[in-house]
Amino acid sequence: MIRARTGTRRPEQAPARTGLRVGIVCPYAWDVPGGVQQHVGDLAEALGAMGHEVSVLAPLGDASYDPPPYLVPAGRPVPVPYNGSVARLSFGPRAAARVRRWITEGEFDVLHIHEPAAPSVSLLACWAADGPVVATFHTSNPRSRAMSATSTALRSALEKINARVAVSEAARRTLVEHLGGDAVLIPNGVSVRRFARAEPLPGWPGEGGSIGFLGRLDEPRKGLSTLLEAFTRMAPHRPGLRLLVAGPGRADLSGVPDDLRERVVVLGRLDAADKVRAYHSADVFCAPNLGGESFGIVLTEAMAAGAAVVASDIPAFSAVLDGGGAGDLFRVGDPDHLAERAGALLDSPELRAHLSVAARKAVRAYDWATVAADIAHVYETVLMGDGRQDRVVGVRPDAGRRSATRSRRGERP
Amino acid sequence: MLVLLGFYLSWRATRLDRLHHRVETARAALDAALLRRAAAVLDLAADPGLDPGTARNLAEAANGARRAGEGERELAESELSRILRASLDPSEAGPSGDRLDEVAVAARGVHLARVFHNDAVSDTRRARRSRVVRLLGLAGTAALPEYFEMDDRPPAR
Repeated sequence: MIRARTGTRRPEQAPARTGLRVGIVCPYAWDVPGGVQQHVGDLAEALGAMGHEVSVLAPLGDASYDPPPYLVPAGRPVPVPYNGSVARLSFGPRAAARVRRWITEGEFDVLHIHEPAAPSVSLLACWAADGPVVATFHTSNPRSRAMSATSTALRSALEKINARVAVSEAARRTLVEHLGGDAVLIPNGVSVRRFARAEPLPGWPGEGGSIGFLGRLDEPRKGLSTLLEAFTRMAPHRPGLRLLVAGPGRADLSGVPDDLRERVVVLGRLDAADKVRAYHSADVFCAPNLGGESFGIVLTEAMAAGAAVVASDIPAFSAVLDGGGAGDLFRVGDPDHLAERAGALLDSPELRAHLSVAARKAVRAYDWATVAADIAHVYETVLMGDGRQDRVVGVRPDAGRRSATRSRRGERP
Repeated sequence: MLVLLGFYLSWRATRLDRLHHRVETARAALDAALLRRAAAVLDLAADPGLDPGTARNLAEAANGARRAGEGERELAESELSRILRASLDPSEAGPSGDRLDEVAVAARGVHLARVFHNDAVSDTRRARRSRVVRLLGLAGTAALPEYFEMDDRPPAR
């Protein structure tokens, strides 16, 4: 993984421009948990730690919610059916006025809009802004109605974007199919610091060895059945061995013989703090997914916690685990092979310690600090052509033709 | 009615103007990114830790890319990408980390800038295919922008 660095050792044609003013737009209500909100929050913090000045504009419904210092509320959101579920969005003349004011007062060097096609502050910001615009696409829904809208209004907003970023190969494909053009791939980061250290859950990992699993319990693709089968084969020879299973949904334990059931501990859904503790609670962490994972977020979190990992050898996992160097791999869907590999790990504390160190090292490539540096590289690339280094033009409210012409004159005196 | 039509056409012309501007800035960014990479490779070629043969190949390819004329740039830059991949075998101990880091970051920058440039070209070319734009000549005398096609796969780390 390439590590992008900012602000050091530049050739003359690209002098360092640290300390950018970045305006980030999040279309979904900040006080409702979600992937995009999490992404924007982590990104804002990582950029702030790099010395950039960040302001995040997002709808905020709950007045009693205590927002982080970088958040600017964009008004109360309304529930709207969007993209197959109900999203809480802000749209309309009042939201538009707020967006405009935020852009005018923010004097940003670059605007970073998330899900720019979302009919919320994101689309409003696209319309209202003139200047360097970066956009990140998260949706990977091939039948996304919002994305397939080729209306002039939407197109006129999206064609202002200077740089498109997709968080996964699937998101990139969705974008290319609906809008044409291209995007660079920058995956989600994992906040390594948040997972690095925690107390194990009470009573874990225990004396007789333990294997951990996190993920939806009732989704076959997560592969829990493979792990249960492997456990059923190992447990009779290892009297103290226990299985820690955590995640939402109902687990189907019908394949596990009655006398082994009590050694399968199902914890159900965990809150954020307990989830971190769960990664530290087992001797061996297992990711038995059968496929379909574009990027193993559970896997990277386990690696950040320094777990000794045994994972199925699907391409995504093999890539994250350096082909087996940062965690053991078993043949996908093969419980015998899993039992063999997991057994070898349980028997060797040295091997586990070795994999733990290797995992902590390999996961750095997926840390938010690394990912945010790559995003900052995108900002610099956009600004390299726009400001001609010596004079930053920045983001202004769009005033139609006049503003467009004025900016041209401003840039090439 | 005529006023509305006038507004509409002016809006279309503004959009097109903006697209051409986007291509121009993206092209400037791409040129800067390519220059930065060539400079980083020349810097790396001067590293005493590199064997002389590899250093010479790298310097030649970087200079070739910098001096290439308009019609040959894509080939010369692709050749530089190829030589970089062939020369920088991550399994071998080699030059110092800082110079290698700068080459890796600069190579990533070339990829970013090229994707953004070609994306802008594709939006602009689509807009110029529209019937209104072609009939009324809203694009004026601006040349149809061209894609920049090159091999920009970075060296392995």
